Amino acid sequence: MSDGTTRYAITLVVNGVVREAAVPARRLLSDCLRHDLGLTGTHVGCEHGVCGACTVLLDGEPVRSCLTFAVTVDGHEITTVEGLAKDGELSPVQRAFTECHGLQCGFCTPGFLCTATAFLRDNPVPTDEEVLVAVSGNLCRCTGYQNIVKAVHRAAEIQAEIQPGLTAETGPGESGRTA
Amino acid sequence: MTTKLFGEPVRRREDARLVTGQGRYLDDLGPGALAAAFVRSPHAHARIKDIDVSAALDVEGLVAIYTWEDLPGALAEPLPLLIPHPALTHGRTAYPLAKDIVRHVGEPVVMVVAEDRYVAEDACALIEVEYEFLKPVVGVEEAVQGGNLVHEDVPGNVGAHMVQEVPSRDGRSAAEMIGAAPHTLEFRLDIERSACMPLEGKGVYARWDADDQSLRVYSSTQTSTSVRMAIAAKLGLPLPKVEVIAPDVGGGFGVKIVHPWPEEILIPWAARTLDREVKWTEDRREHFVSSAHERAQVQHVRVGFDDDGRILGLDVTILHDHGAYTPYGIIVPIITSTQLLGPYKIGAYRVEFSSIYTNTVQVTPYRGAGRPQGVFCMERTMDRVAAYLGRDRTEVRAANFIGPAEFPYDQRLIFQDGRPLIYDSGNYPESLRMLKELIGWDSFPEMKARAAAEGRRIGIGVGCYVEGTGVGPYEGGHVQVTSDGRVHVSTGLTSQGQGHETVFAQIAATELGVPIEKVSVVTGDTRRFGYAVGTFASRAAVMSGNAIALACRKVREKALRIAADALEADPRDLEITDGIVHVAGTPSASIPLATVAVLSNPLRYAFDEEAKRATQFSGATSMDRPPVEEGEEPGLEGKDYYSPIRSTFASGMHAAIVETDPETAEITILRYAVVHDCGKLINPMIVEGQIHGGVAQGVGGALYEKMVYDEHGQLLNASFMDFLMPYATEVPRIETAHLETPSPLNPLGIKGAGEAGVIPVSAVIASAVEDAEGITIDRMPISPSDLHTLRLRLAG
Repeated sequence: MSDGTTRYAITLVVNGVVREAAVPARRLLSDCLRHDLGLTGTHVGCEHGVCGACTVLLDGEPVRSCLTFAVTVDGHEITTVEGLAKDGELSPVQRAFTECHGLQCGFCTPGFLCTATAFLRDNPVPTDEEVLVAVSGNLCRCTGYQNIVKAVHRAAEIQAEIQPGLTAETGPGESGRTA
Repeated sequence: MTTKLFGEPVRRREDARLVTGQGRYLDDLGPGALAAAFVRSPHAHARIKDIDVSAALDVEGLVAIYTWEDLPGALAEPLPLLIPHPALTHGRTAYPLAKDIVRHVGEPVVMVVAEDRYVAEDACALIEVEYEFLKPVVGVEEAVQGGNLVHEDVPGNVGAHMVQEVPSRDGRSAAEMIGAAPHTLEFRLDIERSACMPLEGKGVYARWDADDQSLRVYSSTQTSTSVRMAIAAKLGLPLPKVEVIAPDVGGGFGVKIVHPWPEEILIPWAARTLDREVKWTEDRREHFVSSAHERAQVQHVRVGFDDDGRILGLDVTILHDHGAYTPYGIIVPIITSTQLLGPYKIGAYRVEFSSIYTNTVQVTPYRGAGRPQGVFCMERTMDRVAAYLGRDRTEVRAANFIGPAEFPYDQRLIFQDGRPLIYDSGNYPESLRMLKELIGWDSFPEMKARAAAEGRRIGIGVGCYVEGTGVGPYEGGHVQVTSDGRVHVSTGLTSQGQGHETVFAQIAATELGVPIEKVSVVTGDTRRFGYAVGTFASRAAVMSGNAIALACRKVREKALRIAADALEADPRDLEITDGIVHVAGTPSASIPLATVAVLSNPLRYAFDEEAKRATQFSGATSMDRPPVEEGEEPGLEGKDYYSPIRSTFASGMHAAIVETDPETAEITILRYAVVHDCGKLINPMIVEGQIHGGVAQGVGGALYEKMVYDEHGQLLNASFMDFLMPYATEVPRIETAHLETPSPLNPLGIKGAGEAGVIPVSAVIASAVEDAEGITIDRMPISPSDLHTLRLRLAG
């Protein structure tokens, strides 16, 4: 049983960069990202897996980093909000949130951005209902969600503008997981 | 002034950093700081017999453990009572760490400082506190019986008792008017507790500079200037040696206006005592049990009215649950009892409230701050009057409206700022007309009949409110144009995520005639601006917005004076466009604002090419006058304050169509419409965002959110698993229309918009559910099981 202080060496690929950390077994991935790796863009809103603010992409899939021990993802790839923009260019989801006033205080936003990024990768041409369901696992206390829903639709549009010919059938799907 | 940005849906300047993870919230700061954690009371009411820390001392990484006995001087005294009031005869506040008695679950007892939060919590778990149980007081009606006392020296648990009485215009009391009225009704209403629940909890991070004997504190607060004063007072430090900065704040909604929180003085004190950086970040459970709640009230209503539904007399008695302590005074029940009147002319009004102690988390303002309860009371009353008379609910409201020509309208009450409750402007009949059109009020009966034919139950509801916004006493703004042409704006007021950097930049850019890209805005940093009140009461745009506009006007006037000298023109002929001062109609006769900034500051030393123009051998100044003329100051900058005579009054009306499931009693909002009047809009996109967010919180309060205390004073649902806040699936699409009735009280004609959305929602949903079900709704929130119970009761 872990004594809370013994440290384990782990290696993660975070936003495409190999990062090493020595963490106690009980260290949450959210704390590891924020405090060991200095990636404070991932936020902690409840620490019991309900609010979704801490959502990051683990091998491309959204997970609650506050419900994940850092040692359990040794060797895996993580994408955080800091890794969504490429070459200084905002991603379609990031652009859409700024265009649609999809954030106010911004604290929950990284979780929504990561969630929406994975969602639109798998479902580039979503219906209204699908978008609503996709964002309904994350809490926001500021926006009333209307502009978040709008932003996800807008992100789908931007994505389609950047990659013309993208449809539900030909979307990047599985093969597009570059995390 | 061609650079007009006021009134435009300008995209937010905050967003670029916030969507890329580059925001700086409290817990993002001080990566190497020690972490604090607290042992909090597990009991609602108990006497501390002993605190045994011995087992915790062996924890590796432990730095310090503090109890009340360790606190020196003013730190050992009770926290300040921020807003005293003559009616608050028995105000009580907590100690930063409990002394002898704990009065709610969650009250801090021991502070632990350690190398990191995990270790600090390990140590907390090993500290043994021995308690002697005292009888907990839970529920306002039990409390007011006075059988058990929250504070030994507060009889009947009554902290405050206040009566305001407004006789009819011919001098008759509410009781007389009700007695003489053709019709009377009497009923009771109940509203449950909810809470602000910002996604980011509170947090404090402090650095002591031993060389400089100064302290820098970051706090996730809605008022950095006042936290600074509290810290200086409690730690006995000279004010200039304390700096407080509100970094990016992850929502507040009222809870972060309360100050100083125990942690806001304990963490800086620990940092100074240990000469180490110390940080505390509140976790979610701590937020539930040790921050603040709001809303809970029991209201008894008597109303007298005539055949048209005109209210002749209204008498409301309110029991207000303020929890264990009263640091924020009785602002919430004062607002309930005054804003209750809404857009109406009431014949005679009497309101009485008792503000009551219970062994629960303290109650301080949450977005709306007492108004949702007042509006619930007034609007339920309007619906009952309409039902009694068999009249349309909007007709009864219209019969009571203050007319558009009756402003300024004096409600003859004293408002929360201690000033007369005089409405500045408004157009309530037009607002109602717009709302009815937006929701399709007049055609709803057919829609309802069609639904009924399909076996569906739908109902429509309406609610009106007036919101006192922009309360004083003041805010200030400072504007500086530097020689690179950049405009630096600062205000002491903080931001809690509303978009102040954007709207204040819009105001500055418009006033000065500069591109918005040249403007930067700093809020809530006492290093930049030391005098402020804070962000609450929908006051930021009104107060700081106007202060910044006034400061810009000073800068503009000075710029034109200097430019007129340089261009040998009359300042009255000058305009500023895109940062260039030029003679109107003669673009060639011009001088950049950057150059004006250079000329405004006569120099001895040059540090770049621009600066050479202002040095003493450049010939820039006249030999007949001193370089800095009498009454002038060097630099192109200005500071001004806005201090209003009294509050502005925004208003609005909401309507909803709901469907109730005949089997499951599930309540679904099919449509939600808002007509909103906050005076002139600075940025309609941001105002709409404020409305959306407010309505969502209102939906939470109407259908889902309540703090469930058991008889022992344990909060049973202190997590996001059990305290149900709306997700995207629970919030309807919100349809909005704006009416702009400018405020005559301030230069920009604005009124404030932050809280409006939340205010009437419970009243509107109650109205709609009542219409769908034909069952009287007299308490909120209403869950499917509540509705099911009401149906069973009706069925007998």
